[in-house]
Amino acid sequence: MFGDNQFFGVNHMSEEKARAQSMRFRDTSAIIEVLDIAYEAGIKTFMCTTHDRIGEVCEYFRKNSDRYPDYQFYPGMPYAHKYANAVTDYGISGAIKRFLPDDGLFDAVVRGGSSIAKKEIDGIATLLIDAEMKMFEGLSTPVIFLQNVVTDFLLGLGMKDAFRIFADHIKNRYNAEPAFFTMNMPKLLDVLEEVGIENPIICSSINKLGFRMCGGIEAYEQTLANRQFRPVAMSVLASGGIPPREAIEYVSHLPKVQSIVFGASSRGNILQTKALIDELLDNQ
Amino acid sequence: MIKIAVVGLGKMGLSHQSMINMHPDVELVAVCDSSRFVLDMLEKYTGVKVYTNYSKMLKAEGLDAVIIATPSKLHEPMIREALEHDLHVFCEKPFCLDQEEGARLVDLAEQKQLVNQVGYHYRFVGAFQEVKRLLEQGILGTVSHVKAEAYGPVVLKPTGASWRNTRSEGGGCLYDYAAHPLNLVNWYFGMPDAVGGTVLNKIFSQDSEDEVYASLFLPNGVSGQLSVNWSDESYRRMTTKITITGTQGRIYADRQECQLYLRDSKKIPTDLMAGWNVRYTTELTDSVWFYVRGEEYSAELDYFIQKIKRTDNNNINSFANSLQTDRTINLLIEDNNSIPSNTATNNQQGMSKNWWQRVVS
Repeated sequence: MFGDNQFFGVNHMSEEKARAQSMRFRDTSAIIEVLDIAYEAGIKTFMCTTHDRIGEVCEYFRKNSDRYPDYQFYPGMPYAHKYANAVTDYGISGAIKRFLPDDGLFDAVVRGGSSIAKKEIDGIATLLIDAEMKMFEGLSTPVIFLQNVVTDFLLGLGMKDAFRIFADHIKNRYNAEPAFFTMNMPKLLDVLEEVGIENPIICSSINKLGFRMCGGIEAYEQTLANRQFRPVAMSVLASGGIPPREAIEYVSHLPKVQSIVFGASSRGNILQTKALIDELLDNQ
Repeated sequence: MIKIAVVGLGKMGLSHQSMINMHPDVELVAVCDSSRFVLDMLEKYTGVKVYTNYSKMLKAEGLDAVIIATPSKLHEPMIREALEHDLHVFCEKPFCLDQEEGARLVDLAEQKQLVNQVGYHYRFVGAFQEVKRLLEQGILGTVSHVKAEAYGPVVLKPTGASWRNTRSEGGGCLYDYAAHPLNLVNWYFGMPDAVGGTVLNKIFSQDSEDEVYASLFLPNGVSGQLSVNWSDESYRRMTTKITITGTQGRIYADRQECQLYLRDSKKIPTDLMAGWNVRYTTELTDSVWFYVRGEEYSAELDYFIQKIKRTDNNNINSFANSLQTDRTINLLIEDNNSIPSNTATNNQQGMSKNWWQRVVS
């Protein structure tokens, strides 16, 4: 799967590189160009945030659906920065109100308004999910992720019901598989099982350095070996901290890992990484 | 188990609550806030005990420690009350708006032998810790200059007043943003002997500055430049940078990496070489027990807990350390006040008036 960090100036190693990338990708056509290279290499799933600019990417794929008949989006929501800033400026309830649709939708008024009054997260959460999903209308989104900042924040607070609410809404309204990003994979799996989300899809950092693998690399390896879930590996290359072959070799020796998400900007890196994944992961 | 409560459930308080609740040595006993809405949600969905009255919570709960993340003007009375209850205190930055009160709190915490820590999380960022380590080795020879910068997209248009953009309540770019690079400068070089040319300029805010520029005159002849702007949308998020120049080379560090240029000499340690030496966050960052939004936030809380367990109040980011930063901020305010108003660029009207005066005269 192809990730989108590189398009929005996210780089875990260098601010300079991140800025250079955000200059290069200020025009959406530059993003499409890279997605095209990945597509030609056989990577037909785009795992993306709900950044405003992704809306433009979606628009392109809607208009050109003939050229990409089998293209899939795996959205990860929410794009947390906008909410975090609003919470600081307007407080929690003020922030929630700001992100609810303000076009007088009956549904929004009933679900949102009364939910805020009754302090029920179901109504508020499902409205926010629908608002985030709007940009993907008409596109294939078979798997929908909750972003790690939100997953881990809820996990930390112990708001376990929120995972259930997210999962149910994703299944019922979008006929899609709910999935979760996290930096605390073993702990999250415990809680997801506790609230009855079976065999969940969990995307977490999995790399030889143990970078962003909270609970420790051994706990991750144990969990992969002994527990029932569908892992997706991210940060496999640790932002370039590990040489590609070594990085993918490590992941390929782990049980259960069938999917890797990676981001790259150059044809060379995309093709090289894809070739390594094909060679090493398929030889498991 | 260490019994802890969190007071002030804004962005920082909630994220502290989320992290500390997962700490294996901690029992999160209660939380306190003035917003009934937030409390009701937390009570309903997490089962945590909630209070709207801080004093009542301190009296009732038999706590060991408290995490304070309320608006800055409330830090002083809340810290005092916690110390009087013999509680270890972790307080968000800035420490205390009144330096004399701050000094009294330093004494009180010391006298009671309580762990006292302020949330200057950059001292827990691997790259900035690496800078400290290199400086302590004297790697740069004689240091001549430090440039301390912070930029980010906080205030991007005129907005209504809140405590976050009112200086008298501890808001504004100086307390909110500039405090961080200043705190790093204090860590590396101590208190400035003097400051000069302080610009506290408004861009969008009504009651506080949006950009801060100043010269810092530090001990041992080290000069410093501070450059901070929280109205800069070209940065995706807050970005803090430190550049230090010495006779043997230069260090540049931000959250992601520490770049060291070393001049060739016989004194180069074996793990370094002449020319560029770069270490990235991926290798400089220690693993944490739980991650929400950056290892440094988890690491500072874990450090606080470990210090409590060892009853060791000789800790990093102590009230005394943080009082230095409060005092440095105060020097900047005094310096800015002393600049004649017709030359100070306190607002944009002021700037254009100066420009016209020069044209006319």
